[in-house]
Amino acid sequence: MGAARFSRAPRFRTKLAPAMLQFFARRLIVAILVAATVMVLAFALTRLSGDLAISIAGPNATQADVEIVRKAYGLDKPLSVQFFDWVGRAATGDLGDSYFFKKRVADLIAERMPVTFTLGLTGLVIALVVSLPLGILAAVRENTSLDRGVQLVALIGQAMPSFWLGLLLMITLGLQLGWLPISGTGSWQHYVMPGIVLAFSAIPALTRLTRAGMIQALGSDYIRTARAKGLSRAAILLKHALRNAAIPVVAIAAVQLGFMLGGSIVIEQVFALHGVGFLAWESIGKNDFPVVQAVVLVLAVIYVALTMLADLMNAVLDPRLRGP
Amino acid sequence: MSALLEVEQLEVSFGRTGAVRGAALTVERGETHCLVGESGCGKSVTALAVMNLLARGARRSARRLAFEGQDLTRLSDQGMAHLRGNAMAMIFQEPMTSLNPAYTVGSQMTEVLRRHKKASQRAATDRAADLLARVGITAPGLRLGQFPHQLSGGLRQRVMIAMALMCDPKLLIADEPTTALDVTVQAQILRLLASLQRDLGLGMLLITHDLGIVARVAHRVSVMYAGEVVESAPTTELFANPRHPYTQGLLRCVPVPGRIKRDQPLGSIPGTVPRIEPGFQGCAFRERCDFADATCAKTIPRHAATADHDFLCRLPA
Repeated sequence: MGAARFSRAPRFRTKLAPAMLQFFARRLIVAILVAATVMVLAFALTRLSGDLAISIAGPNATQADVEIVRKAYGLDKPLSVQFFDWVGRAATGDLGDSYFFKKRVADLIAERMPVTFTLGLTGLVIALVVSLPLGILAAVRENTSLDRGVQLVALIGQAMPSFWLGLLLMITLGLQLGWLPISGTGSWQHYVMPGIVLAFSAIPALTRLTRAGMIQALGSDYIRTARAKGLSRAAILLKHALRNAAIPVVAIAAVQLGFMLGGSIVIEQVFALHGVGFLAWESIGKNDFPVVQAVVLVLAVIYVALTMLADLMNAVLDPRLRGP
Repeated sequence: MSALLEVEQLEVSFGRTGAVRGAALTVERGETHCLVGESGCGKSVTALAVMNLLARGARRSARRLAFEGQDLTRLSDQGMAHLRGNAMAMIFQEPMTSLNPAYTVGSQMTEVLRRHKKASQRAATDRAADLLARVGITAPGLRLGQFPHQLSGGLRQRVMIAMALMCDPKLLIADEPTTALDVTVQAQILRLLASLQRDLGLGMLLITHDLGIVARVAHRVSVMYAGEVVESAPTTELFANPRHPYTQGLLRCVPVPGRIKRDQPLGSIPGTVPRIEPGFQGCAFRERCDFADATCAKTIPRHAATADHDFLCRLPA
């Protein structure tokens, strides 16, 4: 205990504790294990869908053609060799070549990723902009008709299939009112409708989580203290209550973004957005298994990275996770 | 000059249940006024009603509820918020959960001064460090940067006390501030409160069910039972000459060295506080009272034993 410990300098930020680094080391190991599992599954799924050599060679191929294809693509080697070949190359960033597009899979995914990311982020932003205020409002007016109304809307949102909502929006906003383009990726307006549809899948969970977190926070002793300090209503709600209520919301929002990125396959189809989801759908149809494998792997890695990001943001928001 | 805090005929109800029924008490400037009584008698609700911190759904009314002569019942929410944490501050029973886990001690302390006195962050930080030292916390600079979970219960209660003092309040309401703490820490916090009260000339409304605390720090005591103040007197007068049977029962429950013989059983008051239904009349203690008779079911007069000692009982003064 040196003199510095007794200094009176205002120092309101504490450093990341060693416990925290340990926590992240553990998370990282788990993340690597998850990625490895996903690789096995992605590989196994494509092999389980039938004899790849036959489907690549096509319906009119002879047995000899199939054997040539099998040799050319290395499908005659034992599965374990094929798997570790793929893993070894994937680790260096080489995800193989697409049979159909005749391009490197990594380039193909890199081309399509911006569309999917833009769509996912648009969806997340719309979801947060809608569900945070709704959740706060419902919590502040707990057990009133307004609260029940919000919960009803959340329930309807959860029950609505996204392709159906997408078609409804296309008919109303797109065709009847002509406000927004209904397909393609030409401008930011093209992302509004699919963003809304994607957001709808996240809004119910985020709203309910915000509401529950706010109700819990507002009933807590530290909010009574904040009121006893004479703080403004805004400071009580947004600084003291929301900060604590937001902790689980942030975690779920990051996970939801992962869902949106992976789950935009349907939406990209409906709105003809040529993102990664669209690519996956095309490739499955064409038995372009290096692309399918790679898309599954990339989305899984992003998903794992987002969960780690959620943990990190949790630690930033909740000092108790940073250790003593 | 009017008293610091005047409460007359305070009524608080939750739905059909009356939690406080016509309570009256007065806190003078620079006085420690203890409010005692068993759990559920309305002590905390009285304090929260004064601060206007009652839970939603509670109804409050009072013939008089005034702070420095200012009628609190007519004050807007905004006006009340400007008094709270400023001229009147409150500390609570639960130090473990009363601080926000997401913010540092420093940020929670400084925001009070910044809100009420428009102080700069730097001035507020200096004031916070001074007060932490004043409440007996070593290394205040270190503590300011720490989060509540890094402090023990006793330290957190000291932080709560220091935070309550940020704006130099005239009235400090302390709701069982030592109940959740270890016995040794209880004594420290109590000594601290007593010395702060004396040095800063605070008016203090101290809520407790511990008569040992009362004997040590109170200038005046009000005894609450079932939402009413049944007896109020200066501390020495109350201990020497308790008039209400409930007060007498409470005092019999406290072992006093020298006055109590070995193997003599400690007193206790049989029964529990009754549920008060709307339209209840008479003395709420009569079911548990040795002296009760039929007249106790009628309206009970308030007697004055001396000029500053009154009690609520049909037994004559």
